[in-house]
Amino acid sequence: MPVPTVEQLVDRLAAGDRRALARLLTLIENDTPEGRRALALLYPRSGNAHTVGLTGSAGSGKSTLTAALARELRRRGKTMGIVAIDPTSPFSQGALLGDRIRMQDLTADPAVFLRSMATRGALGGLAPSTAGVVTALDAFGKDVVLVETVGAGQDEVDVATMADTTVVVLTPGTGDDVQAMKAGIMEIADILVVNKCDLPNADLLARQLIAVYETAPAAKQGGWQTPIVKTAGALGEGVAELADHLEKHRQHVAGHARDQHRRAQARHQLLALARQRLLDDLIARTTADGTLDALVERIAAREIDPHTAADELVRDGR
Amino acid sequence: MPDDKIRVLIAKPGLDGHDRGAKVVARALRDAGMEVIYTGIRQTPDMIAEAALQEDVDVIGLSILSGAHMELFPRVIEALRQRGIQPDEVLLFAGGIIPDDDIEPLKQLGFEAIFGPGTSTEEIVRFVREWAARRPARAT
Repeated sequence: MPVPTVEQLVDRLAAGDRRALARLLTLIENDTPEGRRALALLYPRSGNAHTVGLTGSAGSGKSTLTAALARELRRRGKTMGIVAIDPTSPFSQGALLGDRIRMQDLTADPAVFLRSMATRGALGGLAPSTAGVVTALDAFGKDVVLVETVGAGQDEVDVATMADTTVVVLTPGTGDDVQAMKAGIMEIADILVVNKCDLPNADLLARQLIAVYETAPAAKQGGWQTPIVKTAGALGEGVAELADHLEKHRQHVAGHARDQHRRAQARHQLLALARQRLLDDLIARTTADGTLDALVERIAAREIDPHTAADELVRDGR
Repeated sequence: MPDDKIRVLIAKPGLDGHDRGAKVVARALRDAGMEVIYTGIRQTPDMIAEAALQEDVDVIGLSILSGAHMELFPRVIEALRQRGIQPDEVLLFAGGIIPDDDIEPLKQLGFEAIFGPGTSTEEIVRFVREWAARRPARAT
């Protein structure tokens, strides 16, 4: 069988061919030249989906809640892409991707396309090519793209740089109200979820969050007041309310606010990619001529400090 | 660059709930640097084929202990074909309690290997790696 070209695959994607979509996602994920060409073709077709990021710590019930939310959105007639991210092993570079287990019933629904991704060394809660994968699902014509991050702690905030709406999932018993006032992941929430609300202390956590957020200036997105939603993903409780808030936020950021938000995201994406290319280039050149290793030796021998060495590396590597 | 990352689907068709073996194999392939999508127990042929399509896997490993393999495996192949995935485009292997007499018919069906009890995980890892090294280019 002849191997299809990227252009053929993109044409098939545009015609609704799910296998072509799956193949393109692989090329994009592997960041091959073909994958980049595919993205260049798909990008102008994207921008119509409501992209929703769900993040929270490992075990907070993200997968179960994502599945419950997907079912609710399907009841409301939305088609959907789901990107579920699990960690890559720092030792073997392998990964065990288990998010489909919680989403079994969605597999039978042709309007849902679920793709598992491994982080492949990225640290911000996403995989390096997540934005590209979301672009392809968006270009395929999905109404909503849900992105479930890898289990995130306090500082994995990348999802907010690509989602229209960011949902932070918390559970009772994982910290006091001072945790809620800390910088980082709590700040990126457009919607805060207290999941596993059938557990003890769920009301306490919700009250603490309300106390913190009601006193906070609602300046982040032109007056949006971050709602606090109690859910029990496994029981389906509160999920309809969460879907209502998603829709409200989508309408809130429609128009001017959305353009501003997307401009900020575009700047972030552009600079992140440019930074990566410059760095890859620098590493390649200074590795080839031995500058990098020589500086490493001198730092280890305490002959030079890391800052001065970095200055030298950048200067000599140009 | 991980552009030759091997993606594997490990699935259990049918009704038996014993997934220890499937998990051991999934873990061994993970430790060998592969990306393993584990879908859990009680999968229908359609669910397996759909997961294979959406995840665009290179390899599909089926685990079965119930004795229903001659019933279910052909249906998995059929479900794959319905989605445009031919058995020779992916590496298919199976493990579990499968009588010797059934091995040849399953190979005819498109299964490259059947691993019985006592197979070492090293053997399965080597088998997948050797296939990956000689497979033809897939897409541009």
